[in-house]
Amino acid sequence: MNGVHDLGGMHGFGPVEPEPNEPVFHAPWERRVFALNVIGGMLGTWNIDMSRYARELMPPAEYLATSYYEHWLYGLEKLAVEQGLITREELDARVKTLASGAAVPETKPAAPPAGLRIVRPAEVERLLSTGNPFRVDVDVPPRFKAGERVLTKNFQPLGHTRLPRYARAKRGVIDRDHGVFVFPDTNAARRDKKPQHCYSVRFEAREIWGPEAPANEFIHIDLWDDYLEPA
Amino acid sequence: MSGHSHDHDHDHDHDHDHDHPGEHGAPLSGPALRAKALESLLVEKGLVDPAALDQLIDRYETKVGPRNGARVVARAWTDPAFKRRLLQDTSAAMAEFGYTGRQGENMVAVENTPKVHNMVCCTLCSCYPWPVLGLPPVWYKSAPYRARAVIDPRGVLKEFGVTLGDDVEVRVWDSTAELRYLVLPMRPPGTEGMTEDQLAELVTRDSMIGTGVVKQP
Repeated sequence: MNGVHDLGGMHGFGPVEPEPNEPVFHAPWERRVFALNVIGGMLGTWNIDMSRYARELMPPAEYLATSYYEHWLYGLEKLAVEQGLITREELDARVKTLASGAAVPETKPAAPPAGLRIVRPAEVERLLSTGNPFRVDVDVPPRFKAGERVLTKNFQPLGHTRLPRYARAKRGVIDRDHGVFVFPDTNAARRDKKPQHCYSVRFEAREIWGPEAPANEFIHIDLWDDYLEPA
Repeated sequence: MSGHSHDHDHDHDHDHDHDHPGEHGAPLSGPALRAKALESLLVEKGLVDPAALDQLIDRYETKVGPRNGARVVARAWTDPAFKRRLLQDTSAAMAEFGYTGRQGENMVAVENTPKVHNMVCCTLCSCYPWPVLGLPPVWYKSAPYRARAVIDPRGVLKEFGVTLGDDVEVRVWDSTAELRYLVLPMRPPGTEGMTEDQLAELVTRDSMIGTGVVKQP
């Protein structure tokens, strides 16, 4: 989608402001939101492309006015409700209870629905140090090889995509073939992995930004077969 | 947004609990309130084990961080065979240190030279190589960096105190897929006699993102 998350090339945000001796988290709730997102993703109810899309759907003015972990919180609430793990009504009611200062009654955790992966502390280290396989072991022929010229698609999908606006309808050169990967657009929309080759495509800054860009600047963008046409 | 860090400029001691009344029993508000509401529901339904959350937080707050990447870089500077492996199959070379897993499954190391400077960003979200650098700093995820890294890399570098000669090629890597990038910075002159551990001390987080340079000995 042409969302506000797609920030590449925008003006007016001011300088980059590094924070000296920055802590990993800036508040206790950020820790919980980070961990809830990672552990929540492991339930197997949604995939990483669905979580990115959920965050992108935050209204633009709100997106720019909030911190990154607020985006993650927004996306997680949305997914948990949409996938039926909780209802919006019970979430609103719980927010109200906690806002009033009332304690939430202690209850024994319910038995979770079958088919979901409930991560236990003893598994955390193993799961994180293994990670997720995004490279897919299927034999899909590449449409391009290193050195070939390509033209990126000109499209404006309402759904999730990883072809940034600034790189649409631009000419570049295949720098390297990364292998076969899950295609995010269809994986976010309907859990269709549509495995295909993903390449590092090298663009001259001048192709993207016009003749005033320096001749010796290049942008490398990782793009899938479905985003590319021969040029 | 950069405003996020401003909220905390008064307090760099990592103890922010006093900003959050809920920690003291008073009502919660804002994202702290919503986060607590969501967590308490998911725990109640048996979907999330809070002890697993604690374990995960501890891993990324205390165990995984840019010191990992610094060790990889220092090894590449001192061991040419390792450097070749790192540039050929980055994830496998990182695994020699035990740096594997989430958000580092498919790593690519890119080498800085006197003629090429590499810089990594994620214009669409916050993709970052967790096993070697830990979680990304706020500025990396903020609108100014995501907007400007691709259109004005030299301007951004200048703000970070990095000035490149006009003859140096700038390569910006926008992490739009599941590949994660690590910049292999140049080894500074005058470090010939230094050990791998001493060299690792010179390697900054920003030098591995490509927005900084290595400390001089």
